[in-house]
Amino acid sequence: MTSIPIETGLLLAGVLFMLGLISVMIRRNIIFMLISVEIMLNAAGLAFIVAGSHWAQPDGQIMFIFILTMAAAEVSVGLALILQIYHQLKTLNSDAANFMKG
Amino acid sequence: MEIAFYIAAAVAVLATIMVITRYNMIHALLYLVVSFLAVAVVFLTMGAPFMAALEVIVYAGAIVVLIIFVIMMLSLTREDVEQEKAWLQPKLWVGPALLSFVLLAELVYLLVIAEMPAAPAAASYVDAKAVGLTLYGPYILGVQLAGILLMAGIVGAYHLGRQKKKVIHRFLQEKEPQKERSAAI
Repeated sequence: MTSIPIETGLLLAGVLFMLGLISVMIRRNIIFMLISVEIMLNAAGLAFIVAGSHWAQPDGQIMFIFILTMAAAEVSVGLALILQIYHQLKTLNSDAANFMKG
Repeated sequence: MEIAFYIAAAVAVLATIMVITRYNMIHALLYLVVSFLAVAVVFLTMGAPFMAALEVIVYAGAIVVLIIFVIMMLSLTREDVEQEKAWLQPKLWVGPALLSFVLLAELVYLLVIAEMPAAPAAASYVDAKAVGLTLYGPYILGVQLAGILLMAGIVGAYHLGRQKKKVIHRFLQEKEPQKERSAAI
């Protein structure tokens, strides 16, 4: 039974992370930016899982649990912020939120 | 097992590319669910079945449903029935359905493989028991910090999500009656 080489798994994590990063930079819809952050967090967790699988230790999976917790808290606060921005500005364009008044 | 990993990796990358290139948010979320499911299959081939279950439950279940709720709350006022009808055309869901079918075929393949009395699924198999023992052993401080983080997330989401007319700090309020100010302090 051959196992997957660690380089391939880390390459997959890097590709997913770069896709998320590209999406954060090219999209202006603020919900798409939040989704892209989720993709990047998922890719980081995938890197931890790959590393933990390479050394057959449970530490990588525990780090993934912590990343999962952080992602859940982040998406709840981020969605609350999106609701507030939409009610204040009536748009989801992130460029419309470039002022800090009131 | 290797071919399952490579197929799931290809599905994950394709679905993620489709996520970041969609114009409709609901279509993007369909592909996002497929991407998370593919990453869960990758976890399974990596020998982390408990993490695969958590990925499906928390990412593909809770987080995506939360985002869908917020999208529905936002666009309920300006989307009309024709738009909803246009969303249900078959060409919109056939892409996620095809990619999900690849994952289903992989799942069936893995279940057939598991029937054989061979070695565990991957060479480096870490089961949920080892994860739990380590999580509540050396990492108990991290578990408590995660609990504090979730509590802060709940309070922050409630505080930010309240529907208030205006939020003005009490130091910035110019013309306020004196007795209300003393009562507020």
